[in-house]
Amino acid sequence: MEMLASASAGVASRAVAGLSGESIIREIKASGIQFVISVPDITTSEGLLRPLAKLTDPGLIRICKEDEGVAICAGLSFTGKRGLLLIQQTGLLDSINAIRGNAVEYQLPICMMVGLLEKEVGVMPRQSKRYGVRIVEPILEAMGIDYHNVEEQGDVTKIRPAIDTAYADSKPVVLLIGQRPS
Amino acid sequence: MMDRKKTLAAIARHVTDADIVLPVYSTAFDWIDIRPNPLNYLSHGAMGLASSHALGLALGRPDKKVIVLDGDGSLLMNLGTLVSTAEAAPKNLFHFVCENGTYEANGGHPIPGRGAVSFAGMARSAGYKSVYEFSDLKIFEQQVGAILAEQGPVFVCLKIVSSGDQERDYSRLHGPHVRKAFKDALGAG
Repeated sequence: MEMLASASAGVASRAVAGLSGESIIREIKASGIQFVISVPDITTSEGLLRPLAKLTDPGLIRICKEDEGVAICAGLSFTGKRGLLLIQQTGLLDSINAIRGNAVEYQLPICMMVGLLEKEVGVMPRQSKRYGVRIVEPILEAMGIDYHNVEEQGDVTKIRPAIDTAYADSKPVVLLIGQRPS
Repeated sequence: MMDRKKTLAAIARHVTDADIVLPVYSTAFDWIDIRPNPLNYLSHGAMGLASSHALGLALGRPDKKVIVLDGDGSLLMNLGTLVSTAEAAPKNLFHFVCENGTYEANGGHPIPGRGAVSFAGMARSAGYKSVYEFSDLKIFEQQVGAILAEQGPVFVCLKIVSSGDQERDYSRLHGPHVRKAFKDALGAG
C-alpha cells in the first residue's frame, strides 16, 4: 500500500498507508448492513459509493438530504435490518438536530460513515487547518456520540465492531473516513 | 374542508391491527385516541421526518402496510422525501398529508405558500404515480378503502380543519415506553 503524507505547511502530518474501498465494503457487508443510504460525498465517491451502487446487497437508497437518511436508518432499526448512512461531514453538521433527537435521545443504532471533505491526509481531524474538519470530533464528543477515525488500511478493522456495538448497545456511531479510498 | 377527526376515523376503518401508522403532531393526538395500537409509530423526532422514518420501516418490513399521516408544515420541512420515496418506490407505503395551512402545533401560524402550494402537484412531479386530493369527506369515505388497497407508494392530500382543542401530552409520543411497545409489537408480528 502506498504511503501518503500531507504537504500542508504548518500542519503536523504523519505518513499513512492508503485505504482500500474494497476492504471497507467487505467490512460493511460483514457487519450485516443491508441498506446503504447516501448523499454523495467527494471523499468516498469513487472508492465506496460507485462500487456500492453496482451491488444489490447491500441495497443503495439515494436520498436528497442527510437528515432524511438519519430517519430512514431509525425506521430500519426497528425492523431488524441494518442501515448505514454514507455522507459527508457537511451533511452530518446539517443533520445535527435529527441526530440529536432520533439517534441520541431515542437511543437508536444510527450508523454513519462520514467522508471528511478537505481533510489533509496524515493529519488528525482535530489538527486540520480546515475549520469544517477540526470541529467535527469536538461536536460529536459534545453530543456524546462514539466515533472512530478510519484513515489508513489498519483502521478498517474498526468498522465491524463499531457497527456491532452500536446495535448491541442501541446507540449511534460515526466512522470518519479520513482519505479517499482507492 | 374536512373535519380532521372524522377524516382520521374514515382512514381507521380501513386500517388493520397489523398495519404500521405514523401520525404527526396534532394529527397524532387525534389518531392515538381513534386507533390506540402499539403499531402506531409515534417517535419521529421533529422537522418533518416522519415520512422518512416510514420509508425505513417500509423497506425493512415489506410485508407490512406503512401509513404516514403527515402535516403540511412537516412536509414542507422535508420536501426531498417525496423524491426519495418515489425513487425507492416501496409498494407498501401510503403517505397522507393533512393540509390545514398552519403550523398548528407551534401556534397556528400560516405555512408559507398557504393556499397556493399544491402538495398533490409536488408529489406528482416528484414521481408518485398514484396521487389524490380530497376536500369532501363523503367522497373520501367512499374512496379511502380502495386507495389503501392499491400498490404504493401512494400520496393523498387531505384538506382538513382542526377538530378543536387538544390536550398535548408529548410523553405519549416521545416517551421511551412508546418505542419499546412499538418494537415489541413489530417483533411479535
